[in-house]
Amino acid sequence: MSARKKTTIIAAACLLVSLSGSILIAQHVERIRPHDIVDDALYITSSKMVRRASLGFDGLMACIYWTRAVQYFGHRHFIRERSYNELGPLLEITTALDPHLLPAYQFGATFLAPAPPNGAGQPERAVELMYYGIEHNPENWRLYYDLGFVYYTELHDYKKAGEVFEEGSNVPGAHPFLKVLAASMAEHAQDFSTARLLWSAAYQSSQDTSIRQNALEHLRAIQVDEDVTNLQNAVTRFVQANRRLPTSLWEVVTAEHWQGLTVDPDGIPYELSFDGKVLVAHPDDFPFATLGLPPGYKPTPKFHTQG
Amino acid sequence: MASIEILGLEKTYMVGFWRKRPKRALQPLHLTVEDGEIFGFLGPNGAGKTTTLKMLMGLVFPTAGTARILGKEWTDPEVKAQIGFLPEQPYFYDYLTAHELLDYYGQLSGVPAKDRKSRIDEMLIRVGLTDVKGLQLRKFSKGMLQRVGIAQAILHNPKLVFLDEPMSGLDPLGRREVRDLILQLQQEGKTVFFSTHILSDAEALCDRVAIIHRGELQGVGAVEELTKAVQGKVEVVWQGTHVPASIKALSGEFHVAGETARTVVSESQVDVAIDALRRERLRLVSITPVRTSLESYFVEKLQHSQTTAGKSA
Amino acid sequence: MNARIAYIASNTFREAVRDRVLYNLIAFAVLLSAAAIFIGQISIEIERLVVINLGLTAVSLFGVVIAIFVGIGLVSKEIEKRTLYTVLSRPVRRWEFIVGKFFGLAGTLVVNTFFMAIGVFGALLYVAHRFSSGDSSILIALYFIILEFLIVCALALLFSSFSSPLLSAIFAFSLFVIGSFADDLRGFATLTHGLTRWIATGAAYIVPNFSTLNVISAAAHQQAISWQLVAENTLYAVFYAAMALSGAILIFERRNLK
Repeated sequence: MSARKKTTIIAAACLLVSLSGSILIAQHVERIRPHDIVDDALYITSSKMVRRASLGFDGLMACIYWTRAVQYFGHRHFIRERSYNELGPLLEITTALDPHLLPAYQFGATFLAPAPPNGAGQPERAVELMYYGIEHNPENWRLYYDLGFVYYTELHDYKKAGEVFEEGSNVPGAHPFLKVLAASMAEHAQDFSTARLLWSAAYQSSQDTSIRQNALEHLRAIQVDEDVTNLQNAVTRFVQANRRLPTSLWEVVTAEHWQGLTVDPDGIPYELSFDGKVLVAHPDDFPFATLGLPPGYKPTPKFHTQG
Repeated sequence: MASIEILGLEKTYMVGFWRKRPKRALQPLHLTVEDGEIFGFLGPNGAGKTTTLKMLMGLVFPTAGTARILGKEWTDPEVKAQIGFLPEQPYFYDYLTAHELLDYYGQLSGVPAKDRKSRIDEMLIRVGLTDVKGLQLRKFSKGMLQRVGIAQAILHNPKLVFLDEPMSGLDPLGRREVRDLILQLQQEGKTVFFSTHILSDAEALCDRVAIIHRGELQGVGAVEELTKAVQGKVEVVWQGTHVPASIKALSGEFHVAGETARTVVSESQVDVAIDALRRERLRLVSITPVRTSLESYFVEKLQHSQTTAGKSA
Repeated sequence: MNARIAYIASNTFREAVRDRVLYNLIAFAVLLSAAAIFIGQISIEIERLVVINLGLTAVSLFGVVIAIFVGIGLVSKEIEKRTLYTVLSRPVRRWEFIVGKFFGLAGTLVVNTFFMAIGVFGALLYVAHRFSSGDSSILIALYFIILEFLIVCALALLFSSFSSPLLSAIFAFSLFVIGSFADDLRGFATLTHGLTRWIATGAAYIVPNFSTLNVISAAAHQQAISWQLVAENTLYAVFYAAMALSGAILIFERRNLK
């Protein structure tokens, strides 16, 4: 075999081995790299500076920052972090670079506003972001929805929420549910049906998996709250009628002439505590539920999403 | 034993931007160079001389054919230790000095460290480069660079030396020195293969020559053999302004200037011309060869190949 | 064989050292470290941060520029200028030439980094008045930067083996930029589906991953860097450089030299 052929074979083999080697190692390194370094390496936090540094490639940089924002939140949520300090700046920089990157606003409304561990706990910042988005995208009704959403769910300012939904319903092409929501805000802000409407709207109108999952969890929680409220009312009626606590919820079912025992969205029956409180069997499965939780219960985040 | 055996080496390039067309740089070449010869590879520029050399050096890969150098396959890396190469218009690392360059080449050629320094000094003296210590090659003249090139070609005492246009860039004195050097190399038992388009050098030095034109071998043989068939031309000058009719008839080339007349005739016709002058009692001033016989052979061959090419084209 | 590679490497090193462009670049990098001192004085707390971030980034960027421009000059130029003829007519294998050039170039960059690093440490000493144990992360960051250089050198050689000096420089630099965003490329890949995902993921792994080799921010914050990461990054750089060099050898072995 000529020297050249020998060299060719050895070099080709070397190429294949090192190619596979480098890919395998790269994958492994990804796993062991300390990710907080990645997260906190937002060296430039001023959107103006980033804009200048992008040298005109604003769109590309916006995409890069958006990708990072999603990864950042997803990763931290997965490892059950309790702080998301960089989410606000990331979203602000993204939208500063590209004010028309609509998914960023929706993401901000959903995950910037709620309190930790489900969000960054910065509802005012989220509101600012929404107003910025509306300013640059006045023909987009969805942003009004997101804004109203934040007022309703986190700030509990039902009057403002109503105003915003109303304004949004006037945008040409707006979804009819905005009008409905506006009306509900006025009188039935705290009704379960209103909340259900809000979260169903969120679920239907988003493409983003994490947002849909989030909405689904809220709908489940609303169901639990509603069930617990109804059950608790029934228990109260029973106590009034029989002057004693029911021994179990079956007694209540019989008294109310219901078809069967109410079950939670997972199909597990509710329970009655010894002191007459209605409880959900597995509170961990309903992270947003506010009723039916055992006393002294501290919620631990358990999303069904992947990291 | 043959130092070089070229067995059908050929090279076709694909030229053109979109649709590549083949361009034949070298037709299949068959050539043998014997041990201890000084062999001349002649041809005009673009004939294929450099292509052949580059293929033998492994710088360019032939489209077909093989070669043997010193009995081994020409691609065998061990062969390279025993050959030296001077490329046409060589470039060297201009940030090095002559000593450093030769040291580097010596290292690569496997010259043992203890011999290197003395060998380098020896070589530099031999090629006539004195007083160049510490001078970077970028400051060298063309002639000096050519000498360095020759030095690096023979530094490691190779058995076979390839020189591509060794005289280029040298003044007449330099060319004389290089000619002497080549003869010395032969006396040391080396084989020298050099390409040139200066025929007088080839005629003076070579045992055998090959002529190549448009990628095709036109003729090979010992210089005397080749020139035997072709006659040179001679210029005859005599006093007076009269040109005898018989001389006019010979070549038609004559010229009268002031008090002398001259004509150019072929070697075989010289006697006829002289007789004519004697008959007319004209005084002969000089008889001078105008073209060397090798040159005539060369030109004839080239013209022949031109016409053949013209016919087939 | 090894001797020839060593000779070629040392000759390459010598050429780089005598190239004046090199000194200008190093001087500039050191100057930038000095400048960092003044920039850092904007805020007392972040002086140190600025010096290390700016200094190490300068070392990294200038090193890459040197690696690309001097490196490509060394190889492409040599192929174009025919200095190669007299080298290859000697018992030097073509692959030995590539490998020798690589080591010469890598050696040059290690030495450069050393000098530029002195600039950074000098500036650091000036603003912090003393070194602390957490500063050892800076050494690791520098080591990773050198690993980056090895990859860039190998890429420069790969492109030089078949393309002109200008194109080689452009390709190498583009890969450096893309490689610095390798994390984002991978992140982008996870957000897509189907064919795009395949292509993006493939690209994310073929492109040199310079994001893993960039721990400048961690060094600035004096965070510890695990030995496992050091070992794996070293392995990665070795594999990647070997890959590029193998490619260079395969191409160069076949090249007709004009």
